[in-house]
Amino acid sequence: MTDIALRLDGVYKKFRKGELYDSLRDLIPALAGRVLRGRRREALAPREFWALQDVTFGVRRGEAFGIIGANGAGKSTILKLLSGIMRPTRGTLQVNGRLSALIEVSAGFHPDLTGRENVFLNGTILGMTRAEIKQRFDAIVAFSGLEDFIDTPVKRYSSGMFARLGFSVAAHVEPDLLIVDEVLSVGDYLFQQKCLERMNEIMAGGATVIFVSHNLRAVSTLCARSLLLERGCVVELGPSNQVIRAYVTRGRESRALEPDRQIRITDVSLGPQGSSRVQFETGESLEITVVAAARTPHSDMSVVIAIADDNQYLVFDTCTQRLGAGPLALDAGETLRCTFKVQLRLAQGTYHVNAYLHRYVTDQPYERWLHAATFFVGGTPTVRGVAHLAPSLVHCEKHSLVGPLTASGAAPSAAAGGLVGEGVQEPAQRATNGIGEEHVADT
Amino acid sequence: MSTSLAELAARRDLLYMITWRGIRIKYKQSVMGMLWAILMPAVIVAAGVVVRYGFSLMAGTSLAPADVASVSVRAVPWAFFVSSVRFATTSLIANTDLVTKIYLPREIFPVAAMLSQLVDFGVASLVLLVVLTALGVGVSVQLLWVPVIVVILVVLTTGLGILLSAASLFFRDVKYLVEVVLTFAIFFTPVFYDARMFGRWAPALMLNPVAPILEGFSNVVVMHAAPPLPWLGYSAIVSLLTFVTALSVFHKLEPYFAESV
Repeated sequence: MTDIALRLDGVYKKFRKGELYDSLRDLIPALAGRVLRGRRREALAPREFWALQDVTFGVRRGEAFGIIGANGAGKSTILKLLSGIMRPTRGTLQVNGRLSALIEVSAGFHPDLTGRENVFLNGTILGMTRAEIKQRFDAIVAFSGLEDFIDTPVKRYSSGMFARLGFSVAAHVEPDLLIVDEVLSVGDYLFQQKCLERMNEIMAGGATVIFVSHNLRAVSTLCARSLLLERGCVVELGPSNQVIRAYVTRGRESRALEPDRQIRITDVSLGPQGSSRVQFETGESLEITVVAAARTPHSDMSVVIAIADDNQYLVFDTCTQRLGAGPLALDAGETLRCTFKVQLRLAQGTYHVNAYLHRYVTDQPYERWLHAATFFVGGTPTVRGVAHLAPSLVHCEKHSLVGPLTASGAAPSAAAGGLVGEGVQEPAQRATNGIGEEHVADT
Repeated sequence: MSTSLAELAARRDLLYMITWRGIRIKYKQSVMGMLWAILMPAVIVAAGVVVRYGFSLMAGTSLAPADVASVSVRAVPWAFFVSSVRFATTSLIANTDLVTKIYLPREIFPVAAMLSQLVDFGVASLVLLVVLTALGVGVSVQLLWVPVIVVILVVLTTGLGILLSAASLFFRDVKYLVEVVLTFAIFFTPVFYDARMFGRWAPALMLNPVAPILEGFSNVVVMHAAPPLPWLGYSAIVSLLTFVTALSVFHKLEPYFAESV
């Protein structure tokens, strides 16, 4: 056994745009042409393109490795080569051990068969033996949470149930090498958490994981090393944080090519000044600098910044107007530089900065730049969600139920201490809050 | 070729499940269930009896039970051959999802298609046994040839299935071509008639590798005679060659399956 789980060496993959010949009438002239011209595998024919070019990387046994890149960068092609569905046009590829792909987890399902039958069918398709499936059957069904529907044909399943059962089977294959491609979008929140836990379990069991995702946060937490693909080429390979930073910066460069406008936001950078950091800790302060340039005079402007989470949900926004600056004006050829400072009271996650130039009076945008910058908040996993409300545990202790049950009910403050005590007061507090809100609204 | 076979052996549980799926899907939600397995051979026998009756009218003889037995013995393996080839030809196209999304030895699909038809063949053979007994066909030592001929038939059918499944993935024409050929092949194959009816043209008919197989079945089961040995040998060689060629062609084309669907 070697230490290398998989290795790609100078891998090229060629694809053809447009239609293939799929009837004999098209083939015969094409074949004749090929015989006349001679066979050149390396060169590109008119409608061909390289989906992958000179891709070289290796993954050690037990490592978690991320692959990121925009749509069409070649991520799926790499996975298809790794899983053996396709072969490279050129270069070598080596995979050691049993490989399982959490890609199309329910591709093997047949709608007319019951959940139980499909577990066996899909399990063997994914490489398990029937004996292995029998042994893990209960665990698979329990994981999917579909005990009550396991003898129902899967054509009556909802798409969520379908995906859950598929993932459950795939998650129990116990591979040496696990390929994960965006499966975290499967099912509801609770099921996604379960999937993440299961992935961690598989990784803890010593399996190698190749993780392909647009979820940069998940990549940075799961994988130590990553690879950035752009139009089929490896542009960055190394520690995940570095690769993600490269990805985020490259995304911004492409905007510089946009056609000229009368007024535009030319740069949005994150600081402390000049640091161009993208990783922050909860509670740190972040400076967001927006630079705008005008080609014609503009007046009555305000600069708006907004922070959205990975699901494009607005977390926060503010603007120069609300922060007390008056209407801003720019003459032709002038630039405006505006720096905001915010306190990152955010839970860990990926966040995007959107910047806008608004008309002061009507609040209509002159110019907007969505996803102008992206940053990550790391830190303690004590909180989930978006906001970090700096929680602490005030009281938590155990009580035995030896005494009469009525005792705890009769004396809540004595039994449960401060936490319950606060709970009792809650209705009163809520009432005052309600009044307080009205009061604020009036002023 | 040996790697293909080794891979198939390693994934025999998968082969079993895909075969089982084929059978299960066919009979699920169908009222007739396993009766379907004998419907096609039964229809072929009925057609054969009509043809044979016509022959006997022209010849001025009467229709003998042995003639009906002979047609039945040819119809059952012919039905197996036709449905296996038809089913196997489309087996890769029908499993596009699996071919393009998950890696597994793709030979499994045409082979499983053949195996699920083999189960039907078994069921139909049991019914045939009853029919033959009713027609008063006895037993003889020649019956020992039956397993040998079945093996030749299975090898030929599997080889054709593997070859045509790959071909039809690249060219949709193949599917229609196979349909047309299979529909009319019964006229070029001694199912309703015996090859020897054609006198000196009989060898031309026997060039069809299925012909010696059907003649063989008829000889050993109904006539209690030896199969047409040189021709059966020819059939065995053609079957083996088809099988070996099919596996190696399939193996060569396999890397392009996912891109060509």
